[in-house]
Amino acid sequence: MPKREGRDRFIFTRRALLIAGAQVAALGGLAARLYQVQVIEGERYATLAETNRISARLIAPPRGRLLDRAGVVVAGNRLNWRALLVAEQTDNVGATLDNFSRIVPLADHERARIERDIRRHRRFIPVTLREFLTWEDMARIEVNAPDLPGILVDVGTTRVYPFGPTLAHVVGYVAPPNERDVADDPTLALPGIRVGRSGMEKVDEALLRGRAGAVQLEVNAVGRVIRELDRQEGTPGQDVTLTIDATLQSQVLGHLGEESASAVVMDVRNGEVLAMSTNPSFDPSLFNSGVSQAQWVEWTSNRRAPLINKAVAGLYAPGSTFKMVVALSGLEAKSISPTETVFCPGYLDFGDRRFHCWKRGGHGHLDMRGGLKNSCDVYFYEVARRTGMDRIAAMAKRFGLGVKLDIELPGTRTGFVPTREWRIAQGHPWNIGDTIVSGIGQGYLQLTPLSLATMAARIASGRAVQPHLTRSIGAATQPGAKPEEWPSMGLPERSLQVVRDGMWAVVNDPHGTAPLAKLALPGVQMAGKTGSVQVRNVSREQRDRGYKSENLPWEFRPHALFVAYAPYDAPRYALSLVVEHGNAGAEAAAPIARAIMTDVLTRDPAARLRVADAGKPKS
Amino acid sequence: MSLLERRLIRDTSFDFTAKLLRVSWLYTLLLCILAGVGYAALYSAAGGSPEPYAAKQTLRFAFGLGMMVAIAMIDIRFIARLAWPAYAVGVALLVLVLRMGHVGKGAQRWIELGGMQWQPSELMKLCLILALAAWFHKASWERMGNLLFLVPPALAVLVPVGLILKQPNLGTALITAMLGGTLFLGAGLRWWKLALLVAAIVVAVPVAYHHLHDYQRARIDTFLNPESDPLGAGYNIIQSKIALGSGGVWGKGFLQGTQAHLNFLPEKQTDFIFTVWAEEFGLVGSLALMGLLGVIVLGGMAIALRCRNQFGRLVALGISMNFFLYVFVNIAMVMGAIPVGGVPLPLVSHGGSAMITVMLGFGVLMSVHVHRDVEFGNSQDEL
Repeated sequence: MPKREGRDRFIFTRRALLIAGAQVAALGGLAARLYQVQVIEGERYATLAETNRISARLIAPPRGRLLDRAGVVVAGNRLNWRALLVAEQTDNVGATLDNFSRIVPLADHERARIERDIRRHRRFIPVTLREFLTWEDMARIEVNAPDLPGILVDVGTTRVYPFGPTLAHVVGYVAPPNERDVADDPTLALPGIRVGRSGMEKVDEALLRGRAGAVQLEVNAVGRVIRELDRQEGTPGQDVTLTIDATLQSQVLGHLGEESASAVVMDVRNGEVLAMSTNPSFDPSLFNSGVSQAQWVEWTSNRRAPLINKAVAGLYAPGSTFKMVVALSGLEAKSISPTETVFCPGYLDFGDRRFHCWKRGGHGHLDMRGGLKNSCDVYFYEVARRTGMDRIAAMAKRFGLGVKLDIELPGTRTGFVPTREWRIAQGHPWNIGDTIVSGIGQGYLQLTPLSLATMAARIASGRAVQPHLTRSIGAATQPGAKPEEWPSMGLPERSLQVVRDGMWAVVNDPHGTAPLAKLALPGVQMAGKTGSVQVRNVSREQRDRGYKSENLPWEFRPHALFVAYAPYDAPRYALSLVVEHGNAGAEAAAPIARAIMTDVLTRDPAARLRVADAGKPKS
Repeated sequence: MSLLERRLIRDTSFDFTAKLLRVSWLYTLLLCILAGVGYAALYSAAGGSPEPYAAKQTLRFAFGLGMMVAIAMIDIRFIARLAWPAYAVGVALLVLVLRMGHVGKGAQRWIELGGMQWQPSELMKLCLILALAAWFHKASWERMGNLLFLVPPALAVLVPVGLILKQPNLGTALITAMLGGTLFLGAGLRWWKLALLVAAIVVAVPVAYHHLHDYQRARIDTFLNPESDPLGAGYNIIQSKIALGSGGVWGKGFLQGTQAHLNFLPEKQTDFIFTVWAEEFGLVGSLALMGLLGVIVLGGMAIALRCRNQFGRLVALGISMNFFLYVFVNIAMVMGAIPVGGVPLPLVSHGGSAMITVMLGFGVLMSVHVHRDVEFGNSQDEL
């Protein structure tokens, strides 16, 4: 028995040792494999682990603000809580959106937009589901987070326009970027990013946008952010300070009332535009999230054209406001002297045509000052006839009329001053009659309110200032703020003074054409010129029947214009005003111009001081 | 043979203190160290907290340890007598689980009992070891040459293997079959018969593959090419390998494993606990853990070699082999060396029923050790 036992035990021992050997060999094999994975391929797996855990994301740079000249924000950013969806973090986008809709209802068109965005962007880029969430919505989303994989609530910024419609045309608006924008700059694919589409928002897009930063986040397996590892701040967009005075802008718009009108107020010394108002206006924030079809139709079908910035894109015949340019070109050409008189019998016959003066009985003998003061048409027919169109056009260009101005805004129009050359190139002869009607700012002339304001500023200052809206970018003041930076007009001071004197008389002489424009401020006077331009011909017959333009339908009434500057003796501010279909400039435009200029001067501390001084009884 | 030993051999019921002294406390210490490793890994898997895994696991281990010592006190001859009844119970449980077990991951393998989910197949392995050991206890070298003598134990292996396959649980079935084979080998199966069996299996594999469940085939397919479906079934293996590999030589440091803490590792507290450890302690730590596991396996083999009766030897061999197979399959699985299956790393992975089953095995192993010198003849008459 022991022998058998011994033999069996020996066999067992041998086999057990064999098995143990096999076990050791197997574990050794695992150890070798472990060595391969952890040491030989370790580097590669370490990289993969980092890739797993680190997610790089772009951070949207805050958009630069637009400030008015006093530093008041006219286009700023406000915090905006929004729900985003990262498509790659959910297995079923449709189901997630369904769940989300139960918490925050999504309209069909919103849902379509979201699905389009998801298709358009790479799957790790968050897509905005809903902006401007309330606290309540946010809380409900967070509570239901397990049912909403891939959805995160995030704070971004949205563009706000504190002055709304008041500054809409100058500041412009932003809108979501389109596909072409995104192709140019991937930053734009970030949620909440907006691109300037109009006004200064568009012009200064590159400055305002800034550069995106990047953040490295540690994320877990389901993509939830655990912590921030590294952050490279982007460059925030730069603030741009405008020359606009937002308060004044509001006042100006207030004075325009219900009229379809526009007004520009400029600093005559350096061309800074203090106010540029267009009425009616629109709410620029509506573009932020997309304008509805109905709203768009309403805007574009409105004959008062609320979306058009009439100050730079509205074209009007300048009418009598052009007479200063005619006078100056006559003086320059020496075709007339300031004191030489012209007799106005109420009309001028030239060839077989008779050109009427606005005053049926005529003005009698008038010198240049009288011609301007009375806005006598015959006087300027005569000056224009003597001077010739080419010289008038050349002078107009020197005053910024019919040439491209340096204004920053998009969608500006140059306006048009005709020349003989242009007419001949069109295959027509240039008639002297064309020159004669140009003498009173009619005919082919087409000018913008901004160019008329520029003209007034140049008359007042004698310098070729350019209208502009940018005062400083960031902390850097832009050139052009100092008057001496602007070149002189190169016109004899004597000639300019004759015209200025005429403009003074228009407003301040009891027999001037615009006594309604006379300022009520003691010690400060305004010089100005009215203009009324017919939008359709008035026949002889109509005049004889006692034609009255105010009886016409609105769209056939003449436009009312006014250009002015003040104070007369130390010019500081120029303005131009166009009231569409406002009838006579002297009646419709002059009182508004007076109100605007009163506000302008009241806001100027130096002018206020003068008013106060003048108001005191002389000792 | 010393006087004391002679007395012990004769004495079938030597006193309690003497038995306690014969328990291998060194081996018990090794198990405690292993459980300590498990505590650390589970603490880390919970994100640096004893809750919810590590604390509970320690309680279970303490309970298991007590159970182990208690079983070690039971006379091995009594255990041998219980072998076949236990086997019968094991098979009955397997049938039961097929009839009313819980379906998990496409298979019926669980029974709810005492708030835990039990896999009867785990218990079955222990019962099979006991039954085969009891059968071969009386086998002489000559009898092992007799084919008819081998038929009943072969059936004893095939019945549970077939039942487990029917669950279906391919991994456990294979492990059970290998366990049976090991006992046959230890009992003195002729090598050529083993060779024949292996050849037969090799031929049968393609046929068997055809009859596999879809999920089993998918698992094998994924194993062959894990990158083909990175977010599907292969995701686990890829993330596990990334965790292992990124650990490098020295590891990322305790509680610093990014793969585990950021939840890239799947089922990290159960099947992939080895990865949690390896990521944080690197090659050095994982080799140390494998060394410890190897020592525990070889310690069991040493108990087998020191035992003076065939039943004890075979039981110790089987239990060591069972432990080894757990370890090998689990580690090979997390490294992507073999297809993924729900095999835990014993005493380290979180899980109550696995812990109890393993400690039950170690109890029997310790009983073999305590009773290594008792008189327990090999003749049929004595049983």
